[in-house]
Amino acid sequence: MTFPRRAILPAILVAALALVPILAPFLQVVLIFALMKGIAVLGVTVLLRAGQVSFGHALFFGIAAYAGAFLAASPFDDLVLLVLAGLVASAVTGLVVGLFVARYRGIFFAMLNLAFSMIFWSILEKFYYLTGGADGLRQPRPTVLGMAFERGPFEDILYYVALGLALLLGWFVIRFLGSPIGQLFQTVKTNETRLEYLGISPRVALIKGYVLSAALCGVGGVLMATAQGIVTPSYAYWVRSGEMVFIAVLGGAGSVAGAFAGSIAYELVRTYAAAFAGDIWQLLLGAFLLVIILFAPGGLVGIYNSLFDRARRGTSGSGKRETGVPAKSAEVRS
Amino acid sequence: MNASPYLLEARDLQIRFGGVVAADGVDLAITEGRNLAIIGPNGAGKTTFLNICTGWIKPSRGRVAFRGRDITRMAPRKICRIGIARAFQHPQLFTEHTAIENMLIAASARSGRQNPFIDMHNLPERGEMMHLLDMVGCADVADRMVVELSEGQRKLIDIAIALAMKPALLLMDEPTSGVASAEKFQIMDILVKTLAEAKVTAVFVEHDMGIVENYADEVAVWSGGKVQFKGTPQEVLQHPEVIRDVIGGEVA
Repeated sequence: MTFPRRAILPAILVAALALVPILAPFLQVVLIFALMKGIAVLGVTVLLRAGQVSFGHALFFGIAAYAGAFLAASPFDDLVLLVLAGLVASAVTGLVVGLFVARYRGIFFAMLNLAFSMIFWSILEKFYYLTGGADGLRQPRPTVLGMAFERGPFEDILYYVALGLALLLGWFVIRFLGSPIGQLFQTVKTNETRLEYLGISPRVALIKGYVLSAALCGVGGVLMATAQGIVTPSYAYWVRSGEMVFIAVLGGAGSVAGAFAGSIAYELVRTYAAAFAGDIWQLLLGAFLLVIILFAPGGLVGIYNSLFDRARRGTSGSGKRETGVPAKSAEVRS
Repeated sequence: MNASPYLLEARDLQIRFGGVVAADGVDLAITEGRNLAIIGPNGAGKTTFLNICTGWIKPSRGRVAFRGRDITRMAPRKICRIGIARAFQHPQLFTEHTAIENMLIAASARSGRQNPFIDMHNLPERGEMMHLLDMVGCADVADRMVVELSEGQRKLIDIAIALAMKPALLLMDEPTSGVASAEKFQIMDILVKTLAEAKVTAVFVEHDMGIVENYADEVAVWSGGKVQFKGTPQEVLQHPEVIRDVIGGEVA
């Protein structure tokens, strides 16, 4: 099996990410948040493949973060258990919410998700004695496989856990989307009538993908809470949901690699725009997204793919557009 | 146990859309192995009949049985699973996929596989799906996006997808509409041969009397919300009332 040339640059970038704690520790904080958000955005990306946008996925981000925070305050305060608790809490919540929202499509789907997330946000704000209200909950640093670490080494470990999970979950999502169950889930976008006439319930197909998308958001949320050492209702606030959709579109709507490319670009722009243009960083981010939508609707991954194709055509010297590409999904969305 | 001598049996079907009576006490039975054409004026209720038989619409009165089993209130997906497939007047395909991917999605649906680590392109049914595409004459466009194909090719792939479900009965709505006249008989030749090979009984709504005459074993004339006549193409197409009211010609 030959290594695809298109994957060379992403492989170099992954290798560079692995070296960040050693060679560029000043980027570690920004990138750890980017990787964790990227995992959560992966959840939004999965839903986009079925043609659905959720403006409420921060619900799963938040619920997993709080599940992790509660567990971290108990004797079972190990990182592995925290991640598992976040995953299970978000997947179960995803199943319950999915049973309701999977009946709807388009704007109704998006707004129902928003409604659920805002209900949860209100509960977090109002049940002060349980959730700490707007102040949130402090999350003690967990052990890792039973071993306690100081802050510095723990942050390095957490960085590599985030990178490892990003790669593992990214790989899993690619496999899922290419599998029969994932393909049936994606056909919700193009033809529910035919799906029904193939003996499949579009609602059930959507719920399966929805649970996966919720679980991914949950893993991102519990990692983020662990990295920040605190969880607040802002984890479940609508702005967080909007941010996830923003990043997914920026990276390339529906693209697995785009979830991480978008997240890294977003965090870098946000951090440095905030540092150098404190008052207008949101404006800069908005303008950045506007440019992407207007001139590169395939997002950052779309730009990379078109540059790669152009370079390849240039080196082959034919100057002709390639024909016979079997499916656009293979090219744009990997 | 199948107590009914018919593959599909509709009894006393009634359905109205506002003031329009699409079916008013319809009785129609389909015998296994006998391809039935349904003809009639536009808006008479022919497609509604297919919608009722596949569970898309529930009749206000009456009963539909498949191999003696009542399917009147069943969901389309359940009806599909017990052996009734549907091809549409406007092909219902997955537009972001290639022809073979459409077939493989149908194979995925049929198999019910839940393993997320299997690549759909490597399904063991791939050979069978290619064979079906070959049977309908579309093997050469297997790797092309379905939106790039002609209406005729899309119709054939729509039928191939329905056949991928291994049905006993295939309901088709105007399989040759929107297809160039020169291609119609070619498509029907392929289709009837494919159906015979797959041992599938077909019911098709059709307006082209040439197609009906050549490819149907039986013809039902649907008019005024009722089946007015049923018989062989020779019997029905030469009936004076059918010629006058449905075909629109002069009675000899």
